[in-house]
Amino acid sequence: MKKRFSQRIGFGILWLCMAATLFFLGSIIYFIVVRGAGVFSWQFLTDVPRKSMTAGGVAPAIAGTVYLTMGAMVFALPLGIACAIYLNEYSPRGFIVNIIRMSINNLAGVPSVVFGLFGLALFVKSFKFGVSILSGSLTLGILVLPLIISAAQEALMAVPQSLREASLALGATHWQTIKRIVLPNALSGILTGAILSIGRIAGETAPILFTAATFYNRGFPKSIFDEAMALPYHIYALMTEGTHPDQQTAIAYGCALILLLLVLAISASAIIIRQRQRRFHA
Amino acid sequence: MENFTKIKEKIYRGGFTALAFSSLVFLAGIILLLLKESLPLFRHVRFSDFIFGRAWYPTASVPEWGIFPLIMASFWVTLGALFICVPLGVGSALYIHEIASAQQRVFLKPLIEILASIPSVVYGFFGMVVAAPFLQKAFGLPTGLCALTASIILGIMAIPTVCSLAEDALSCVPDSFREASYAVGANRWQTLMRVVLPAAGSGVSTAIILGMSRAIGETMTVLMVAGGAAIVPRSFLQPVRPMTSTIAAEMGEAVMGSLHYNALFSIGLVLFVITLVFNMIAEMVCKRFRLKLGIDR
Amino acid sequence: MKKILTYLLLAGSFFSLAGECFAARMVVEGSTTVLPIAQRAAEEYMNAHSEADISVRGGGSGVGITSLIEGTCDIASASRAIKEDELQKAAARGRAPKANVIAMDGIAVIVNNANSVSELSKKQLKDIFVGKITDWAQVGGPSGRIVVVSRDSASGTFEAFGELALDKAKVRKDALMQSSNQAVASVVSKTPGAIGYVGLAYLNGVKALKIDGVKPSKETVLSKQYKLSRPLFMYTNGKPAGLAREYLDFIQSPAGQKLVEEEGCVSIR
Repeated sequence: MKKRFSQRIGFGILWLCMAATLFFLGSIIYFIVVRGAGVFSWQFLTDVPRKSMTAGGVAPAIAGTVYLTMGAMVFALPLGIACAIYLNEYSPRGFIVNIIRMSINNLAGVPSVVFGLFGLALFVKSFKFGVSILSGSLTLGILVLPLIISAAQEALMAVPQSLREASLALGATHWQTIKRIVLPNALSGILTGAILSIGRIAGETAPILFTAATFYNRGFPKSIFDEAMALPYHIYALMTEGTHPDQQTAIAYGCALILLLLVLAISASAIIIRQRQRRFHA
Repeated sequence: MENFTKIKEKIYRGGFTALAFSSLVFLAGIILLLLKESLPLFRHVRFSDFIFGRAWYPTASVPEWGIFPLIMASFWVTLGALFICVPLGVGSALYIHEIASAQQRVFLKPLIEILASIPSVVYGFFGMVVAAPFLQKAFGLPTGLCALTASIILGIMAIPTVCSLAEDALSCVPDSFREASYAVGANRWQTLMRVVLPAAGSGVSTAIILGMSRAIGETMTVLMVAGGAAIVPRSFLQPVRPMTSTIAAEMGEAVMGSLHYNALFSIGLVLFVITLVFNMIAEMVCKRFRLKLGIDR
Repeated sequence: MKKILTYLLLAGSFFSLAGECFAARMVVEGSTTVLPIAQRAAEEYMNAHSEADISVRGGGSGVGITSLIEGTCDIASASRAIKEDELQKAAARGRAPKANVIAMDGIAVIVNNANSVSELSKKQLKDIFVGKITDWAQVGGPSGRIVVVSRDSASGTFEAFGELALDKAKVRKDALMQSSNQAVASVVSKTPGAIGYVGLAYLNGVKALKIDGVKPSKETVLSKQYKLSRPLFMYTNGKPAGLAREYLDFIQSPAGQKLVEEEGCVSIR
């Protein structure tokens, strides 16, 4: 009797934990959606900021975020996939590979603001790229590299060993096997990982704080050496540097809503694709 | 032709090897640059004075460079966050693992993973406009931007990470463990608490350590809600200034090459070392976990 | 694999194309105090001249001036005058920063409306902020603990207040650091024993104190009778020319000065 009673209480507590988790996360989304919806309109998405950033839209910030994210992926995706191919297909198991694995793991744990410092010292200062989309993209790219590597590695590992052996047995070389057999089979898994990392970097703020972000401009960025507005930075700047807190908080709600929708949609689509694949393979 | 293919193979192999080493280069590069930009500070300030100094006045006419208050602030806020994310994260993981029906699980697991992608600046914003005013009223505080608010928001933010990783660890426990426990007459709760959770114990601790590492390195949230007073905290209701928010708030103002600039890089170095230690501990614990359950990757 | 390659090629050509139409963009960088004015003026200016392209960044007075010296920005906004060593650095690089005053800024010391104290001397003000005076009874009010509210140490207003009111002495450590003028005003309006400082535009719901017998207002700031005031600058390399000159002319014109007032500073006209 006592045994069953303690089980009831225990399960009750776990139920409460789950409910609290969903409540907290749900309330954040609820507040942002409900209060952000007020300023949300077609004009908000396509117009430039007006009247000291108390009216108009946030189009330059959206464009900046797209540029930065794309730039980061152009840099990190090929590098990350190549690194995963080496680790999974070529690597002789040994000391050096272990060191590479370890450094990737540790790179993943470095705080994002430290990446910002790195980008500032290397790209902005040493390479003289200045505060620009290029500097910001490279910084974000390095930040997201470990994520892409581990996602790509997982996808490569999921390709059955028998496929490789069959290809090699037919006389294909190592590279031909990788190119024609392994990569096509792993491609969808790699893309899922890539989409997830896009979701991650679109919302990053600390790394672009000193490498790419600007408070206000109107034209869309014309070159990769231009600085750019970005959605996450715009939220922060409006909340801390504005002189019209009431209206600017409303705009910040709108930005937070766009960012939230963007990031949730990106990661949801990646996770749904992955779920489908698993079901397909199972 | 034969030769050509061989050479091509070699080129590809070499290329991939070189690219793979780039991650090593980046990690080394981060460490080297942090060292290069922070070392000039220690020509003027003793290292022990930097770590244990109790006053942070970088812009005063006689500047003081003690980051002890900042380190303590980071630890307090992280500790506070653990009180929220550990019970809720692990509790939710146990719920998903043990109680949730199959339909619930298919829905809950991806949902938690999706929620993990909410950007930190959104949490910070929420903390500023909703949580801080609420807590200010509830506790009658002079300001809602304090260690408590930062802890709560950070804690909520780390829940999905901890929950996902803990659930992964729980599902690694072989079914045979559970069946053996049922066979000797234990009920589901006893099995969960005395067999499954201990078996997944080090996996769950890895989840907690990684959640902690995320909380201590988190920048935007604490920058927006922690309040920013550089004091050694005595209570959770005081405003504090963690290391990450100091870097983010002051780097824009610090002139390149000045002592202030070097000092901020030194804080970055300290932060880097702390998270590196956390990650290494997590990796060691994780390895033990895999050995214990006989999982090899 | 082919897909990836095409994707890369596409992206590459996109970026190189983007790099080719390199247009002259004017960058205004520096003081966060001047930031709202610079932003507003850039916006209004671009409304009238759609071909102009102006980008406005914060960062701080020192950062702006450094960028001007290194040639990475066209106009450096600053809430303080350029320093001697900065001038030397500029000269060494063959640059000649020129000051253009665009507005005046006054910092008001505020207390809760319920507070009976209405005047402080500069000495008393300093003693309160550094922590020598801790009770309102010591400055002629009813007894009660003084809660000091300050701006975040990264803000230009913090720096200016430190120089103008505290002679660079350190603010007491347990001061509540707020990230915006608005936040300081709202804390002070809700906390009976609080004292803080804000720009002149943020006096809603709080009481501004007389300092050394002078009430902060547009007139006393312009006549420099009120001690806690300072000019705001925009530095250019040599005499401003082209877009920079037109932009500065606009800010100094009546229409521009109206924006200055709307953003809470004092017009120089």
